[in-house]
Amino acid sequence: MSTTTAEPVLSTDELRRYNRHLTLPEFGREGQEKLKQASVLLVGAGGLGSPAATYLAAAGIGHIGLVDFDTVEASNLQRQILYGTSDIGRPKLDAAEERLRDLNPHVDITRHEVRLSSENALDIIDRYDVVADGTDNFPTRYLVNDACVLTGTPNVYASIFRFEGQVSVFATEDGPCYRCLYEEPPPPGLVPSCAEGGVLGVLPGLVGTLQATEVIKLITGMGDPLIGRLLMVDALRMNFRTLTVQKNPDCVICSDNATQTELIDYEAFCGIPDPDESTDDDMAVPETTVQQLKDARDNGDAPFLLDVRKPHEADIASIDADQLIPVDELASRLDELKAPKDKPVVIHCRSGARSERATEFLRQQGYDASNLKGGILAWSEEIDDSVPTY
Amino acid sequence: MSSPTITIEIPTPLRSFTDDQATVEVEGATVDEALDDLVARYPDLKSNLYTEDGELRQFVNIYAGDDDIRYLDGTDTALEDGTALSIVPSIAGG
Repeated sequence: MSTTTAEPVLSTDELRRYNRHLTLPEFGREGQEKLKQASVLLVGAGGLGSPAATYLAAAGIGHIGLVDFDTVEASNLQRQILYGTSDIGRPKLDAAEERLRDLNPHVDITRHEVRLSSENALDIIDRYDVVADGTDNFPTRYLVNDACVLTGTPNVYASIFRFEGQVSVFATEDGPCYRCLYEEPPPPGLVPSCAEGGVLGVLPGLVGTLQATEVIKLITGMGDPLIGRLLMVDALRMNFRTLTVQKNPDCVICSDNATQTELIDYEAFCGIPDPDESTDDDMAVPETTVQQLKDARDNGDAPFLLDVRKPHEADIASIDADQLIPVDELASRLDELKAPKDKPVVIHCRSGARSERATEFLRQQGYDASNLKGGILAWSEEIDDSVPTY
Repeated sequence: MSSPTITIEIPTPLRSFTDDQATVEVEGATVDEALDDLVARYPDLKSNLYTEDGELRQFVNIYAGDDDIRYLDGTDTALEDGTALSIVPSIAGG
């Protein structure tokens, strides 16, 4: 005969596993049961998602959803501790699910192997109690924010760059949202991605665990979450500060005067041209494909090739450019440019974004400049795979 | 009377424009004056902080102490000797 009608939330095995939580007076069995009954969506299973997912699974969150559509690459392993060398080439979520199930079989894992978009974000996010945003681009940051505000789902936000991190809690009932802090994104190309700018491998470990800490605090109600505060982490100076984030009374999405009531086109919002429309654009700069460059070189008719990356990037991978001037220094160092004005100049960077800006600039200066489409990544993929990608 | 000395914290993405300095000391009685002094010392910063019309860019937040100047007096916010001014840019890496 059973003495209670309700099933115990935590099994004997779980009580044993979570012993160190249960003995924390502030946490106790009640806190552990709250974690067990909670669902958390991790957007991005990369640098931040790896430590966040690992600790949240270990802590006993009942249901973890993961959004990612990438495969594991060698360059991920410097920081994405969910994955091992044998996982290279596997879909990230296959490897992540396997690792997290092994870590804690009491956690339900849901895989969302999709690119989060305006079409699916509300539906996916609405199924979870808390979101942890660990994506790697501005359009998805704004998408996650807006979807969290519209569905009333708190968003534990973290982002990283080089040696620096930011953490906050957005989209709670009375707190500010990401748009209250940053109304608009930077223009494309101005803030480099981690692939271009680099990131200290341990930094997402530091920041992703801060993110997991805030998730656990929100669920259990312990302590003071980072609502209305932005934590800034500077790993080089090992300096942590919190800045005040106010709720913007005119915020377009979260204020009482909100004008935006649905999701929008976030690529367009962030100034990223639609690839289907941009090819015939009069504003677009001329392009040279990697095959055209190779053919010209093979025919002894090589154009002047200008590399506009940073010098340390050329140490990683090079396609024998005639000269290197970083794009941000091009205007002030124009007198150093050795390219002739009467011959074609091809400009390259890693992926083709920075070199597009440089091409536009040099054309204004009267050079017959074109942009190497796809940059060194395309060269490595289509022409010479001994050139490393990064 | 000379202007107050202000320490400006430069975030990583902009340090390539300040000879890798994480903090820069400038003079200014208001945020506007302090930033003017900063871009006078490091002219390459200007296009990163201001639009062509001379407005501070939307994605660049300026904090005086721990507070966003948008909720103080904006770029007219008065500064005292020793105030820490921080440039807080948006970053998106994950």
